[in-house]
Amino acid sequence: MFLARIIEEVVRTDGRRVLAGLIRLTGDFDAAEDALQEAYVRALEVWRRDGVPDNPGAWLNTVSRRIAIDRIRRERSLAAPERGGPRVHATPIDATAAEPADDASGIEDDRLRLLFTCCHPALAPDARWTLALRTLGGLTTREIARGFVEPEATTAQRLVRAKKKIREARIPFEVPAREKLAERIDTVLSVLYSIFNEGYASTDAPSLLRPDLVREAIRLARLAVELLPASAEARGLLALMLLTDARRAARLTPEGELVPLEEQDRSLWDRAEAEEGVRVLDEALTLADPGPYQTQAAIAALHAAAETPSQTDWAQIAALYQALLAWSPTPIVELNAAVALGLATRLEHALDWIDRLEQRAELSRYHLLPASKAEVLRRLGRPREAAAAYRHALALVTNPAERRYLEKRLASL
Amino acid sequence: MKYMLLIYGSERVWGNMSKEEMERIYAGHRAYGAAMREAGVIRDGSELKPVTMATSIRFTNGKPKTVDGPFAETKEQLAGYYVIEVEHLEQAISWAEKMPGMTDGAVEIRPLAVSAVM
Repeated sequence: MFLARIIEEVVRTDGRRVLAGLIRLTGDFDAAEDALQEAYVRALEVWRRDGVPDNPGAWLNTVSRRIAIDRIRRERSLAAPERGGPRVHATPIDATAAEPADDASGIEDDRLRLLFTCCHPALAPDARWTLALRTLGGLTTREIARGFVEPEATTAQRLVRAKKKIREARIPFEVPAREKLAERIDTVLSVLYSIFNEGYASTDAPSLLRPDLVREAIRLARLAVELLPASAEARGLLALMLLTDARRAARLTPEGELVPLEEQDRSLWDRAEAEEGVRVLDEALTLADPGPYQTQAAIAALHAAAETPSQTDWAQIAALYQALLAWSPTPIVELNAAVALGLATRLEHALDWIDRLEQRAELSRYHLLPASKAEVLRRLGRPREAAAAYRHALALVTNPAERRYLEKRLASL
Repeated sequence: MKYMLLIYGSERVWGNMSKEEMERIYAGHRAYGAAMREAGVIRDGSELKPVTMATSIRFTNGKPKTVDGPFAETKEQLAGYYVIEVEHLEQAISWAEKMPGMTDGAVEIRPLAVSAVM
């Protein structure tokens, strides 16, 4: 039992690093996972007999690479030459790679390659999340399926398709060329943010079995910061996740009802996590390369800094939303900008802006538009109009926790 | 690895183009083809005549029937193709991004299966 636990620990800490190297060695995700799996089985046997080695990760790396190379050789000798040689595609096998690499050099490069390959724009967005959680995050297919609240077969199918596309269309296992790097980093970060939001927004599945997508997203964002030290936005994203997650305990009532920011019990906020978020944001800002994640993190940091809602620096927040609009001119950002402006100046200004947004119809299915309008009208002391707006929002909302919240708001008018 | 770059665009837009614009795009393709030859990646390529020239053989239970027109009526049509041979998808994407004359439409990248007919 003790041994099984050690192996489990090695899988968690070293397994993912070893896997990245194996993928480069074999040029094939499945071959890499098979080799790693076999190495785990051997570890159980050998470690039980001889004891656990001093450096289990290095042992695992050496053994799994030997297994992978043996298999490639076997397949090569089996493959009839006229049938077109080896199945492996991405990277030609280097004979010197057969020598076990005990040092850690190159391993981080392989993980970076893996990050870009998993988040390649030629893969469908849901395939990117799944692959990133599976190969970089080390979640099992079952855990991912629980995370996305879908049948395990659906997740498995998606993984098979994604790996097949990487193999058949030959998505390379490499860091993008300089001229594409910025754009690809954006894609990587948006994948991690989607995973985070999926975990953060899901208030309707409180099951203990559900793996914590928020925690996984933060782990992957830490990895991105480690692998892309020059990217200010990678740090911005990590800061944003930490600052948002710091409010988690105050976000829902025990009954699963949503608590809006200004009504949250701020003593429940995770101060240490928020402080780390602010620290990471400061590091990002010293790189002097602003971007949307840093801006959103700065907004979250201003909320974290306010001990009571009335101490919130709305003027700064409104200015930051204005800056955010320049990067992400989406109607949802605009709605937030409108509310912030109203709170920074006069609520009527927010109402005017929301009215203009309503006329543009882009958000006609989005419940937060009438919900925000209702909130502004309520504060302005116009309950009849507020009630109408809440009813409109209730007609559009789908998330049960948000529905309960809106119903309560409507009843309290 | 061989990839086919399939060029999709609106024939209506092409039909309404001025002679000068048209010539500019053809010049673009000549330069593009030259660059591909220079890099040693081009294997084949051509413009296609418009879908009004297309003939489809439709099969029902194995029985062929000749009909006028393309296989499907779409907003955008297949207008031409290149076949290139490069290491991997990233390089194919780089070439496709440089496709001349693309203001709208799309270039679809399809890897060729290894089982060559010829």
